[in-house]
Amino acid sequence: MKMTGAQIVCESLVKEGVEVIFGYPGGAVLPLYDALPQYPQLRHILVRHEQGAAHAADGYARATGRAGVCLATSGPGATNLVTGIATAHLDSSPVIAITGQVARPFIGKDAFQEVDITGITVPITKHNYLVHDAAELAGVIKEAFYLATSGRPGPVLIDIPRDVFIEETNFQYPDKLSLPGYKPTLVGHPTQIKKAVKLISEAARPVIITGRGVIISGAYAELKELAEKAQIPVITTLLGIGCFPESHVLSFGMLGMHGMAFANMAVDAADLIIALGMRFDDRATAKVSAFAPRSRVIHIDIDPAEIGKNVRVDVPIVGDVRRVLQALNKQLAPQTRIDWIRQVEQWRQEHPSTAIRESDAILPQYVMSKICEATGGDVIVVTGVGQNQMWAAQHFCYNKPNSLISSGGLGTMGFGLPAAMGAKVGCPG
Amino acid sequence: MASTKHTLVALVEDKPGVLNQVASLFRRRGFNIESIAVGHTELPKISRMTIVVDEATTAVDQVAKQLYKVVEVVKVSDITHDNIVARELALIKVKATPTTRSEIIQIVDIFRADIVDVAPDSLVVQVTGDEDKIDSLYNLLRGFGIKELARTGRIAMTRGTAGALVAARRPEKARHRRPSGPRKGEAEISNV
Repeated sequence: MKMTGAQIVCESLVKEGVEVIFGYPGGAVLPLYDALPQYPQLRHILVRHEQGAAHAADGYARATGRAGVCLATSGPGATNLVTGIATAHLDSSPVIAITGQVARPFIGKDAFQEVDITGITVPITKHNYLVHDAAELAGVIKEAFYLATSGRPGPVLIDIPRDVFIEETNFQYPDKLSLPGYKPTLVGHPTQIKKAVKLISEAARPVIITGRGVIISGAYAELKELAEKAQIPVITTLLGIGCFPESHVLSFGMLGMHGMAFANMAVDAADLIIALGMRFDDRATAKVSAFAPRSRVIHIDIDPAEIGKNVRVDVPIVGDVRRVLQALNKQLAPQTRIDWIRQVEQWRQEHPSTAIRESDAILPQYVMSKICEATGGDVIVVTGVGQNQMWAAQHFCYNKPNSLISSGGLGTMGFGLPAAMGAKVGCPG
Repeated sequence: MASTKHTLVALVEDKPGVLNQVASLFRRRGFNIESIAVGHTELPKISRMTIVVDEATTAVDQVAKQLYKVVEVVKVSDITHDNIVARELALIKVKATPTTRSEIIQIVDIFRADIVDVAPDSLVVQVTGDEDKIDSLYNLLRGFGIKELARTGRIAMTRGTAGALVAARRPEKARHRRPSGPRKGEAEISNV
């Protein structure tokens, strides 16, 4: 069936299960906006600035685990997305950014509102496309969604020239993808898993450090099984919050610069770190050479490039955290580590980092803890960046899976409000 | 002489922007490229990049892993410790007067290089070989006055029947042949 490029974009988005687009119109994407009313199943949410569209799509993606879509016009519209795309990139969030581009004959001529957005976003996207032909659109969109949501997720940008939106061609949504260079490793290497089991069994003072990878892979039950079976304290990064119930007896808070003293003490004293879907960010490790000096490291991550990037690793396992833990738990015998758990618990009693000082004024920390009480924690907390973010991380008891959304890697101020709106759209509750 | 230079071969999809992606990756990660040479291969729509990086300034293991993150990169092999043929081609335009011309030709002959252009006051020498050979010839010709130098950067291929695609499928074996032995934490990481 003959369709315009704009219709193909809409059809393809519908095929990918998209319900909502956060966007802001402009000249180069007008043909797409003209087609949108034919697709009432695609809800368009008009933002006030493109950066908000990108953050909202990011918030939606983090809350739902599905790709969030944002839309902007060429030139300044596209560049306004950049901060939002980089935010999603640093925190491995599946955002699809669709940008308009000047018509093909004008590309490279410094035309009005022309910018090389695919060039600009090479370092901050998982992949990006400049579509030269309406016949490529369906395949590109299918690939983009697959790339954004599979393996280590990340943002993908699709730049579409104005005349490609108008061009008519036959539409057929492809069933197959051709990505010869893209094969994420999901299953951990059996030999490595065996080595990990051995190290865990031999360890006297192990800790588990979890990152957002646990949430992305949905390894909640597997993590709980590992922690309980081998009696290992669970410490999270900022973005790992919400992967393990914080009221659990084995939950020992957040590590790093803004983490809990007892969590950092446990990591410092550990003889084995089991790192799950985290990347040893400098906010978590501080000086790498002094980080957990007595510890061996098992690092489980889906991105091979994260392994050995920041810290030396003894047992690397490339794979999906959930799949790897399933295999690992099967081989692991139940263990007891009463003395070690007691020791870390004692540190928690001696150094309760989350005590709120007495004050006549209403302290933000107090507000967070009261919100936690009032809601029973059954909410999604979305934060901005700065002290408010750290208070939100420290003074709320996160028991619900994936209940904190925050810009960790890029630390983008202004993320909170639009991301919260996106999260609410994704999880209306 | 223990060289710290590594030869990586990357097979990449022949699509617009791939070279930019790779160059951008090297720049933003602070990897130092000694040389990079790109061209077609025996496979349709696949290009071959031969990249030389110095282990002394760049984490070679990270280079390979980061290259894999570029979606169009199909295979990366570190063939440094394989049995390889590695060559570079250089064109050297050297000043030549009637009195020096024959001496230059003698030197060029010793290096089994070729004179590919003769002008009244200059010669263009074409030389192929490894970097050391080209450096030596260049140094010898420098005394006559170099007007221009162009080098292609290294291209390399493993000897025998194994192609780059096959070689890339057994990275663990390749690692065991590394004279220094596998570094801690590196064993059995592979995106293949």
